[in-house]
Amino acid sequence: MSAPSQDRATESAPVIPEFPTDRPLAAIYGRNARSVIERGFKVIARQNWAVLVSGFFEPVLYLLAMGLGLGALVGEVSGPGGSSIPYTAYIAPALLATSAMNGAIYDSTWNVFFKLRFARVYHAMLQTSLGPMDVALGEIFLALFRGFLYACGFMAVMLVMGLVTSPWAILMVPVALLIAVGFASVGMAVTSYLKSFQQMDVINFVMLPMFLFSATLYPIEVFPEVIQWFIKAMPLWHGVELMRHLAVGFVSGATLGHALYFVAMTVFGVWFTTVRLRALFLR
Amino acid sequence: MPPVTSPAAATGYPIVVAEDLTKVYGQNRAVDGITFSITSGESFGLLGPNGAGKSTTMRMIGGTLTRSGGTMRVAGLDPAERGPEVRAHLGVVPQQDNLDEELTVRDNLIVYGRYFGLPHSYLRTKADELIEFAQLTDKAKSKTTALSGGMKRRLTIARALVNEPKLLLLDEPTTGLDPQARHVLWDRLFRLKEVGVTLVVTTHFMDEAEQLCDRLIVIDHGRIMAEGSPRSLIRDYATREVLEVRFGAQRNAAVVDQLADVATRLEVLPDRILVYTDDGEAALEEISARGLTPITSLVRRSSLEDVFLRLTGRTLVD
Repeated sequence: MSAPSQDRATESAPVIPEFPTDRPLAAIYGRNARSVIERGFKVIARQNWAVLVSGFFEPVLYLLAMGLGLGALVGEVSGPGGSSIPYTAYIAPALLATSAMNGAIYDSTWNVFFKLRFARVYHAMLQTSLGPMDVALGEIFLALFRGFLYACGFMAVMLVMGLVTSPWAILMVPVALLIAVGFASVGMAVTSYLKSFQQMDVINFVMLPMFLFSATLYPIEVFPEVIQWFIKAMPLWHGVELMRHLAVGFVSGATLGHALYFVAMTVFGVWFTTVRLRALFLR
Repeated sequence: MPPVTSPAAATGYPIVVAEDLTKVYGQNRAVDGITFSITSGESFGLLGPNGAGKSTTMRMIGGTLTRSGGTMRVAGLDPAERGPEVRAHLGVVPQQDNLDEELTVRDNLIVYGRYFGLPHSYLRTKADELIEFAQLTDKAKSKTTALSGGMKRRLTIARALVNEPKLLLLDEPTTGLDPQARHVLWDRLFRLKEVGVTLVVTTHFMDEAEQLCDRLIVIDHGRIMAEGSPRSLIRDYATREVLEVRFGAQRNAAVVDQLADVATRLEVLPDRILVYTDDGEAALEEISARGLTPITSLVRRSSLEDVFLRLTGRTLVD
């Protein structure tokens, strides 16, 4: 047995990509987030798919329980633009937004927490030619992918139940991606502050009320105005409104505004996560 | 101190140059202005007790820890400014294993190679080569959780070689391993040295430093206490032999005055007295002739442990 060959003149020498000199972000970005994503898919391919899709069922169950159960009592409600729509059609787009959020949050909080605090996966990544920004982008993409899967699944359920009525609804899938990437990027940064399982409960403490009160199951107008403003500052409300507009084809400048909220949230989230990973690993 | 000559030193170039390197955590100066240079092809040791600043120094070489002061160049680049580029040429073996437990042994090597941007075609053959090097052929398809401590360590070292690094950083590579596993690891490291890999090893094991290092610095409280080859350090800071005598905890202090003229130097430890001399047997005879028969006695060659004791007045941990 011999030591691994180290002769760089031979053809077996590794082909490490050249780095252009004086490129921006040279300290934190190795232009190889792809390898982080590859790692994620390799793990997904080996693990139990039931674990991956479990979070998908929660909004589906809500749709069945609330839409079919409560919907029978409520009947028609006033949708975006004042049109009258069945209660199930009213909550379905909101639950789609929630589905995208759940996928992104599960991945960017629990999975990231485990890799950060227990498996030390990021420690290993950052001793290679990856920088914290590669890791942030790669992991956010993976959370986004999960959000996308959940959203596609939920969209299929909506189609089957005949809840898709407008051609604008085709945009609900890319919009689900947008919602997912917003939540994933901020979720990962927040997770970086959490050190114990007890602290992880804080995430549920934020997520559940946000789901219940973001005009998901009934109109926001039932609340006093002050509380309405607070809800409107939260991301899920924008996701819910955005989806609802698209579902019935009531598209306006407000629709674009809600979308821009998530663009801003994503930009902030990627920056925030990179800063946090840098603080954690490149002190 | 005479210059150290090793075969590589004659032809090598300075691969790591640190000047006045400093790392401050609040009030604690973990690394307090150290200057050293490592030549390509040599095996360089950072020796010191726990908390001396070894790992901190190591991490500043890889750019995963920012400096508080001083300069650092690795292959001509500043790791704080161009971390990913610098690390492309490094192999890092951290103190605590961080293998990917969700992947198999083989995938650990391949995925890690991908982090360096290496192509699959290269990694397929390289992974097999490294699995053989790490003596893990039977375990290639196992998850890393199924490996013993020694196997994990070997895999961590193999993984660090996937990019054929110019510089291999080993942070306490054998801590926590049994003696047999340590020797297997040392053997692997010798092979790497033979093919020209520059090794940087931190350790608080004296025998490890003597075995592996061409040249080393002794660090304590973030400062360099001495620098040189193991042999030159022993020559400069110790005698050829050491006689260890025990008179029992009560008598040690009482007899020490009567031993002063027997030794070049004496060191009184809680449980024993170290008598530094060039001829241990002769010193023991002289002591016995004075009627001071020790309970136990041992003559041994002096080691880096003695150098450290001389420099810091303290024994190393463990």
